[in-house]
Amino acid sequence: MRIYAVAVYLFLYIPIGIIVLFSFNAGRHASDFRGFSVQWYGKVLSNPFAMEALTTSLLVAAFTAVFASVFGTMAALALQSVRGRARAIYDAAIYVAIMVPGIVIGIATLIALVTLFGHLNDALALLWPGPPDTAPRLNLGYGSLIAAHTLFTMALVIVIVRARIAGMDRSLIEASADLYATPFGTFRQVTLPQIFPAVLAGFLLSFTFSFDDFIIAFFVAGSETTLPVYVFSSIRRGVTPEINAIGTMVLGVSLTLLVIAQYLLRQRRDTDTGAPS
Amino acid sequence: MQSNGASAVPVLTFRGVSKRFGDVVAARNLDLDVDEGEFLSFLGPSGCGKTTSLRMIAGFEQPSEGDVYLMGERVNGVPAYRRPVNMVFQHYALFPHLDVADNVSYGLRQRRPRPDADAIARRVEAMLEKVRLAGYARRKIWELSGGQQQRVALARALINEPALLLLDEPLAALDRKLRREMQIELQNLQRDLGITFVLVTHDQEEALSMSDRVCIMRDGAIVQIGSPRELYDRPLNRYVADFVGKSNFFAGTLVETGRERVIVSLAGTLRVPAVGGPSVAGMARGQGISLSVRPEQMVLSRDPRSLPADSAVKLEATVRNRIFLGEHTEYLLHETRLGEFLALAPRQTEISEPAFDTGESIHVSWSANAALVLSNE
Ligand SMILES: Nc1ncnc2c1ncn2[C@@H]1O[C@H](COP(=O)(O)OP(=O)(O)OP(=O)(O)O)[C@@H](O)[C@H]1O
Ligand SMILES: [Mg+2]
Repeated sequence: MRIYAVAVYLFLYIPIGIIVLFSFNAGRHASDFRGFSVQWYGKVLSNPFAMEALTTSLLVAAFTAVFASVFGTMAALALQSVRGRARAIYDAAIYVAIMVPGIVIGIATLIALVTLFGHLNDALALLWPGPPDTAPRLNLGYGSLIAAHTLFTMALVIVIVRARIAGMDRSLIEASADLYATPFGTFRQVTLPQIFPAVLAGFLLSFTFSFDDFIIAFFVAGSETTLPVYVFSSIRRGVTPEINAIGTMVLGVSLTLLVIAQYLLRQRRDTDTGAPS
Repeated sequence: MQSNGASAVPVLTFRGVSKRFGDVVAARNLDLDVDEGEFLSFLGPSGCGKTTSLRMIAGFEQPSEGDVYLMGERVNGVPAYRRPVNMVFQHYALFPHLDVADNVSYGLRQRRPRPDADAIARRVEAMLEKVRLAGYARRKIWELSGGQQQRVALARALINEPALLLLDEPLAALDRKLRREMQIELQNLQRDLGITFVLVTHDQEEALSMSDRVCIMRDGAIVQIGSPRELYDRPLNRYVADFVGKSNFFAGTLVETGRERVIVSLAGTLRVPAVGGPSVAGMARGQGISLSVRPEQMVLSRDPRSLPADSAVKLEATVRNRIFLGEHTEYLLHETRLGEFLALAPRQTEISEPAFDTGESIHVSWSANAALVLSNE
């Protein structure tokens, strides 16, 4: 048994290990290791196309994370007061949203946005006072990327925050109301501090997801290039150690964020007062 | 007994208050007045509606029928945060992300205009001193023992100087010794501050020892309200007598009704005089009743001549069991017609007569004044 386990792990991690290893290759060929060097990292950082893609990715990820965690938390809080059948339907919808393959989201968002933009652009052109060809046109780009990523990651935030709310002592909210806090005061002073680690974890996971995503971005990015899309297009010209360096950096950032998120979710539950119950 | 002047408006009034959760009636037609400075307890078994009643006062539940008044003002529909009452929750519900001082000052910090930080700090300090937690201001909640958390919960409520303090089984989570200490501490605080307390408990000893008045509940309804002594000496029915202290209940029938004194027949053969009590009023002869005799009212002796001459009944019984309780010894006795019953002998009787042994046959009596006729309810 052990040997199988080892084989599985090797199979999983050897390709990743090779990418990391060869990103430090002094030679220029991906296949033979010529000693240790960080020259490829320098190359990447001075490559304007890679840097532009990185900026795009970071911007999209940051907006996605903000929108997903704000709207996801709001949805999670609102779902608290939904009971019975409606609740079961909402719950199912959220899990389905998490499980829908990226490619489906990509295609669906693309079709939806293109159709919508088509109609909107016609309307704009009609309403535009100046010459029709100067009318503003809505296009795929940052907006559609952020929208699609938010859609997908929001479900994740809802699930994480809901779990935290469920673990929260309801009597804390009543205690706050009993001590004269208005509903909003209670939200600000009790609910939010209690669920904050989950919101932050949701933020980081959304960021990571958006930053790593290739499939959805490939469909809806329009003329923009995110880092994964850039990597994909440059790979068609052959795998260079530069690509390995990008891969390693993305890996590093993602792992760090995931570890922090995991830590936040595992953290000593401050919701337990330690009161015997 | 506690009201300051007859003109004072009751702090709390229930008028025909009912609460339904679907098919469950958690409170039925409650009528109640609580005067300023009074210490009232709701006492009853699990599920009888004590917490629901308290939550309707706090504003967490709204009555399905009837009206709740606080200081003469109808508060139906007024949310909890606008009611001048505070609550101590059963599991304290302290805010885990705040330290002791911030928990205690929470209520003050919600006031508009907000008191300045110095004033708040001074009051927190004074309050912590009052509950014997001086120096704990910066402690985390989970660093405190159960008893300390309990006192923080009290301080957090009392600092607001509420018109009415609600306590839902505040001592249930504490061990026996600490509970006893906290009972005394609570009573002292209540007297010092003059705040009206309404406490919920299913511990009869707690209710009787702490309260000015006790409200006995069953199935969402109030059975009897009275001072601990009234409830003990003049229970309205068997349920109350059973709940307030221990008692022996002998099944019997009413033979002769009088104003105060009645005659009942026990086990068909034994005719004994007894006190009528409030529940006899509407009863007819021949009606089935329970005759209640408290264990401590039983007189025990080896010698029938040493039983009081005016005893209502003199019996011969066998000792089935003996339990040493410190100041008292409890005997489980058996009489051929009445079956088993309990008797409590104070320690000092053992000076004149050594404790009875299991299996021994002894003489038992009680006086007519000690036997109370109760409806079987
Ligand atoms: N939110 C609710 N929804 C439905 N039923 C409820 C609700 N709250 C209370 N009940 C029911 O109302 C009845 C009275 O409950 P309550 O909590 O007032 O009892 P209690 O006297 O405080 O009991 P305990 O000593 O166990 O705390 C119970 O039958 C309970 O199941
Ligand atoms: Mg209760």
